[in-house]
Formats: sequence, C-alpha cells, structure tokens
Amino acid sequence: MKARPISSGRAAGPALVSPAPISFYGGVEATTGVVIERGHPLCGRCVAGQVLVFPAGKGSTVGSYVLYGLARNGVAPAALVVGEAETIVATGAILADIPCVDRVALDGFRDGEALEVDADRGEVRRA
Amino acid sequence: MSATRLELDDGQRALLAGQAGGWVQRLMRLLVRLGEIYGARRLLPVASVQVSGVSYKSLGEPGLAFLEELSQSGARVRALTSLNPSGVDPERAAELGFPADFVERQARIMAAFARLGVLGSATCTPYQAGLLPRFGQHLAWAESSSVAFANAVLGARTNREGGPSALAAAVCGCTPEHGLHLDQARRPTHRVRVEAELGSTADHGALGVWVGRRVGAGVPYFEALGAAGPGADELKALGAAMAASGAVAMYHVAGVTPEAARHDPAGLPELRVGRAELDQVYAELGPGDGAGEPDLLVTGCPHASLEEIAALSGRLAGKRLRRPLWVCTSAFVREAARRLGLAGPLEAAGGRLVADTCPVVAPIERMGFRCTGVDSGKAACYLPGLCQQRVVFRPLEELLEEALA
Repeated sequence: MKARPISSGRAAGPALVSPAPISFYGGVEATTGVVIERGHPLCGRCVAGQVLVFPAGKGSTVGSYVLYGLARNGVAPAALVVGEAETIVATGAILADIPCVDRVALDGFRDGEALEVDADRGEVRRA
Repeated sequence: MSATRLELDDGQRALLAGQAGGWVQRLMRLLVRLGEIYGARRLLPVASVQVSGVSYKSLGEPGLAFLEELSQSGARVRALTSLNPSGVDPERAAELGFPADFVERQARIMAAFARLGVLGSATCTPYQAGLLPRFGQHLAWAESSSVAFANAVLGARTNREGGPSALAAAVCGCTPEHGLHLDQARRPTHRVRVEAELGSTADHGALGVWVGRRVGAGVPYFEALGAAGPGADELKALGAAMAASGAVAMYHVAGVTPEAARHDPAGLPELRVGRAELDQVYAELGPGDGAGEPDLLVTGCPHASLEEIAALSGRLAGKRLRRPLWVCTSAFVREAARRLGLAGPLEAAGGRLVADTCPVVAPIERMGFRCTGVDSGKAACYLPGLCQQRVVFRPLEELLEEALA
C-alpha cells in the first residue's frame, strides 16, 4: 500500500488498530505505553513495539512530547500508520524518530497482523 | 533528509545539514516536514516567538525531560522568544499555596527555557508586556488568544502554533509559510451582526463564546461593536473566547481592526446575536454550584492590562473583599502597578496581583478551590475540564458587588 512519508525510517511489528483518534496527552501513559483514556477502544492496551494504526491525533499539542517520552522510555510504537497525521502526531513522530506514514485507507487492517512500514519510500506491507 | 521541495536560504540549509548540532537539525527537519505537509513554498524568518506548553500541568514528565535534554544540548533560540503562562507565581508560591512538588518541577522547566535563551516573561499578553509586534510582521506564536490578537488587532501574521512547533521556530528562527502568513486565509468567512449593547469585557467574552462555537476555525467579520467601538481589552476578551470555544485565529471588526477595510462581507453566511444569546451563554457556562458562593474570584484571563488594573484598584480602594481575588497578569505589568501605586489599594482590599500564571494552567484543583467566579468567557470554557471547577461567569462588577456586600 502506498502512503505519504511523514517521519523517516523502517520498522515491523504487529498491528494495533484503533478505530478512534488518539490523544497522547492524557490518553497514553508515557512511562508504560498503556492507553489510559477511559472509554477509548484501546484502553488498557500497550502501544510498545506495535505498528499503531489510527485515524488521527486529537487533544493538546503537548501530546507530541508524550510520543517523545514513550521513545525515551523504550515503550514507543514501532511505527505509526495514520489516516491523516495532523501536527500533533507529525511533530511527535519526528521529534521521537518514530517511522510514520499517513493517507492510508485504514479499513483493511486487522489487530495483530504482521506489518512492515517503510516510511522512507511511503509503503505499508503485510509481512 | 536534506532534500526538500522547500526553498531554503543558506542559513536554513546549514541548520538542516546539522551544522548547528543534532538537536537543531531535528527541529529544522520538523519545520521542513510541517512545511511540506501544509504545502509551504519556503520558511519565513520570524520577528518573535511565543512558546506554549510551559506549565508543568500540561508538559508533565515527558515535556520536562524533552526541554532539559534540548537545553543541555547547547541549542539556543535564534529569535526573540517569550513564554505562555506557567503553572506558578514564583514570587508568591508559598503565600498562595502552590504545591511544593509542582513548584520544584516548574522551576526546572523555567531553568531549561532560560538556558535556551528564552525571555522568562510568561504571559498570554506579550503585546501588553513590552513585546509588541508591528503590522505585517511574521511571528510564530502559540497561545490561542495572543494569536487572535496579533492577527486581528495588530495585523501581524501567525498561525496557531503548537507548543513544540513554536519551540522549533524559536530555535531555528523561522516558520513554514502557509495559512495565516498568506492573504487567502485572512479573508472573512462569516458576517456577524451584534444587536446587543456590550457593557463589559465579560459581554465581549460571552459574544466570543457564542460566535466561536458557530464559526469553528473560520474568520468572523463583525459589522460593528457598539457606538464607541471596543478597546484593546474588549478585543482581547472577544478573541480569547472565540479561540477557546472554537479555533478562531483571525477576525475583523469594521472600522476598528486594520485589515477589515480590505474585505467586503457581502454574501457571506450571516450570524445575528442579541442579548438573549449572550444571557444563554452566561447561564450555561456560569451557573455556579447551586450554593452561589465561589470560593475564588479570578480576573485577568487573558492577563490583565495596566488599564484594567488601574480601574480595579480605584474600584477597590478603601474596601474589603469577603473572598480571595486573583488578578492575573504579567510580571511586567505587576511591577508597573507596584511602582505606580496601583497595587497597594487592590491588595489592601484582599486582592492579589498574581503574575506569570493563570487559573487555567495553575494546579488550582490541588489548592482547595472547587468553585471559581470569573469574568472571562475563555476561563469559563476551560475551568470545568482542566481544573475540575464549577464556574460562576458574570461581568466583573457583578462579582465584585457580591464580594463587597
């Protein structure tokens, strides 16, 4: 699948698919990578090492620093595959050196399937 | 990633190539990438930057760690940079009861900004605290009410930056040219007819809440705002509320703001707002907790000007308030108020001039306050969610009358 490169790099991992936008500020714990937003479809799941597939970011712009904190604490997602990477997600991915692409149709992805992301070439592949 | 579609000058290219170090390179990559995403042609030098994401309450541990690492890397700002309000008044932290652990984290954040070469002025009203842009200058400001004021009232040009993108602009001295830096995005999208007399800054805030909800990120064009027209503080309140209830970053007022005459609002979708709509905003956002007694009164959201403090000082002279009143402002204006003899009467009445912070980003929910009385549409929008407060939203004179009775 072709995608738009946002933050460079290549990574592989199991898909963690969120049908809902994610607020990293207040929504994901930077020390553990666990989603803590009440009522969120991923609440209780851990993003560490996963290819996180989600439609968009939401919430405060300091959410970018949470992505950076996840990387610093070794619990960042392996890669981000986003419907539309607005500034919060784009900024966080670049600051944290997490491979990220966007403008991908998210319907086909299934939780747990193995994905490879090549953010240099703008590609997402099923492994 | 040194190849880019953007036109960069030699200095910008050097930063992107890493000649000022890895951290600056990373922030330059960020600006270039954001520029590509938004279809910018180039990066514009900025006259000044205002960084948000300053309070420990919003930054948390990840933000604190980021700022400490960046500031210890040797990176320095390349543009005049000031800050959004922090979570603490450092001079009065103990007196006002700020939690000690929070004060310690906030001090580390401020030390990191100082190492970066940022001015320690922490205010949402830099334009009333000695940092006044001129018409047409390009800025990278992040606090939403100051963005609206800079664009609409001053005719400077800035997008609504996020905390990290403003910090990148500060360290690299430039910002991507898109959005409100260009004429197209500054054109009005809605025509607003105000059929109510606006008697206070709170009325302007209530109007802003109503309009912001309806135009979202649009550009409202106000036909007129009262016979005499609004002053700077009324425009400050209006823009702040529209930026809080919606995402307004630019607006026009016929005969008042500098770019209004460039545009003809004929044919735009029209909104009409009268006293009934404003009363509905007051009732909805500011019903209080039923007991009717706020345990804290706050004015100065956005930060109070010297003009507002002079009026309040005169109003309170020789009187005594029955409950605490915070008058939030910049350190710059507080110093001026002290030198000019305005602080004395206000503080003798029980008021406190609180600088460098505001109720929205201070940890007031940890300081024993449950119900706050405000004269600000913006504060009325934010205090319930960010500070778990019940809110009484009224014009300042009504709040004072009740507290002086």
